[in-house]
Amino acid sequence: MNVVIEARALSKRADHATLLDGVGLTVSAGEMVAIIGPNGAGKSTLLRLLSGDLRPNAGEVRLKQRDISSYAPRELAARRAMLSQHINVTFPFTVEEIVLMGAGERSARDAGSLVDAALDEVGLTHFRERQLPTLSGGEQQRAHFARVLVQLACGEAEHGPGVLLLDEPTSSLDLRHQIDLVEAARRRAGNGTAVIAILHDLNLAIRFAGRLVVLNGGKLAADGARADVVTSETIRDIFEIDAVVHQGDDGVPYVLPQTMRAAVAPR
Amino acid sequence: MSVAIGTETHRLGRRAGARRRAASLAIPFLIAVLAVAAIVALSFGAAGIPLSRLPAALGLSGDSTAMTTRDQLVLWSIRVPRIAATAMVGGLLAAAGAIMQGLFRNPLADPALVGVSSGGALAAASAIVFTDSRFGETLRFLQTELLPLAAFAGSLATTAILYGISSRSGRTSIAVFLLAGVAITAIANAGIGLLVFVADDRQLRDITFWMLGSMSGVTWTKAAVLAPILVIGLAACTFIARGLDLLVLGEADAFHGGVDVERLKRISIVMVSAMTGVAVSISGVIGFVGIVVPHLLRLVIGPAHRLLLPASVLSGAILMVGADTLARTIVAPAEMPIGILTAAVGAPVFLFILLRQRGLASL
Repeated sequence: MNVVIEARALSKRADHATLLDGVGLTVSAGEMVAIIGPNGAGKSTLLRLLSGDLRPNAGEVRLKQRDISSYAPRELAARRAMLSQHINVTFPFTVEEIVLMGAGERSARDAGSLVDAALDEVGLTHFRERQLPTLSGGEQQRAHFARVLVQLACGEAEHGPGVLLLDEPTSSLDLRHQIDLVEAARRRAGNGTAVIAILHDLNLAIRFAGRLVVLNGGKLAADGARADVVTSETIRDIFEIDAVVHQGDDGVPYVLPQTMRAAVAPR
Repeated sequence: MSVAIGTETHRLGRRAGARRRAASLAIPFLIAVLAVAAIVALSFGAAGIPLSRLPAALGLSGDSTAMTTRDQLVLWSIRVPRIAATAMVGGLLAAAGAIMQGLFRNPLADPALVGVSSGGALAAASAIVFTDSRFGETLRFLQTELLPLAAFAGSLATTAILYGISSRSGRTSIAVFLLAGVAITAIANAGIGLLVFVADDRQLRDITFWMLGSMSGVTWTKAAVLAPILVIGLAACTFIARGLDLLVLGEADAFHGGVDVERLKRISIVMVSAMTGVAVSISGVIGFVGIVVPHLLRLVIGPAHRLLLPASVLSGAILMVGADTLARTIVAPAEMPIGILTAAVGAPVFLFILLRQRGLASL
């Protein structure tokens, strides 16, 4: 297995609170990993440590066999791309200008086809000249996803398969665009990218990734294939709810929380 | 409904197309306007020089009369250095505003807002009172030279203090920076108030005149101070333009996009303080140029800094040369402080942006 990114015994503290405690994670090229867990479990902290944006108090992150802190920001950007959760753009940049930002020093002419492809993939071609602040939250999120896809493509063209980090990428999206985004990420994994995404929707996470990483209270609670991780017991332990896990027709499990099941059951 | 949405999309699309066309023509157009503004400025003033006499006065034609000699004296020792300095001060103030707005991701940020201008003003007012006092009278003959130096030092010191307060372990908090700036502005203004209180009539007139901002009394020596800062500033602008564009995404996401955010912030802060400090030292406190110019430009040519920063330099120069010509002529032979004019134009624009932002926020 070709390991792309590796976290070794990561710990992160902030003002005496422990955000992350001894978490280890290894992700290989072409793998798709979903990180799940309750609020405050340390998911976003883990992703920011993996992106190199935060420095751990203990442990280290290795990207392509090198300590992540040894990369200059530009080198790092050519090897991993990250989509954050809340991005608020105040100046009237157009969608096209925002997406082009992913292309780094490349000119609009050089990166034109990449920008076109990314806009097409997120379904925003007709909005390319619109000013980003005038779009809805979901449309803005898709524009930023397109920017991140351009960054990933530019980096992978030079340095081979990289890392794509997604922090709740579907939080503002309608159902159709949630699926579209997940499929776009899946295509990247198909080409060798290591994809790591935080997802709150358990069923989407199960669909999206063969491998689930569960965080709880800053610690790694589970890490494995979805069939092993998604059980009624794990869900009760982690989310403190009762849920029933069904097997879908295609063998992929899905989760039905207890209260919902009770409402649906009489039919 | 769908028709309405279609029309709206079409309208916005057309506006973006118009923006691209405006952007491609911006620099040559602004250079042409600046040239016209400078010619008008050369001709107007307490001693008028009609356009027909301008070529001779500038030495472009061979005529030599008594009138030409007078014109030449007025032009070369008073008007040309003044217009050159005014244009450069305007360019520096507008570019400093644009950089600071990019840094704070806020169209209302301005060097005057975080006390960089006030720090310079306090130091200059101190220099006026000190060189006029019993202790400093030996340095009085140096007052002309001391004033710009003091203002420059004051601006730089303010920025250094601000940076020291708001930067912790290599990271700069924009919120702390802004709030510390508000506090420093208050302290500087209290200091200026105290100086005004203890100043005698003559000192008071000097301080007030300088505080209101004026381009009178500019010499070639003073104008020469501005040029290198402007050249270095313009060169640095091309270097930080892409970083400032990405910074609009927020510090973390600019970093994800490959920007060395801490270095970008350090360079931007030093540039803003040097550009503001040197401008304030020549002209006194002139507000709103740094807010009005970049804001209007963003509406026409878009927010990308590669074009916005040089266009701000040119537009700031045009605005200041125009305002200074007005200041010299409307109450001639007296002169109106130029700061009053820029505030009269700038403050309403500032309020307009504020109301528009509030409107957007409530949507």
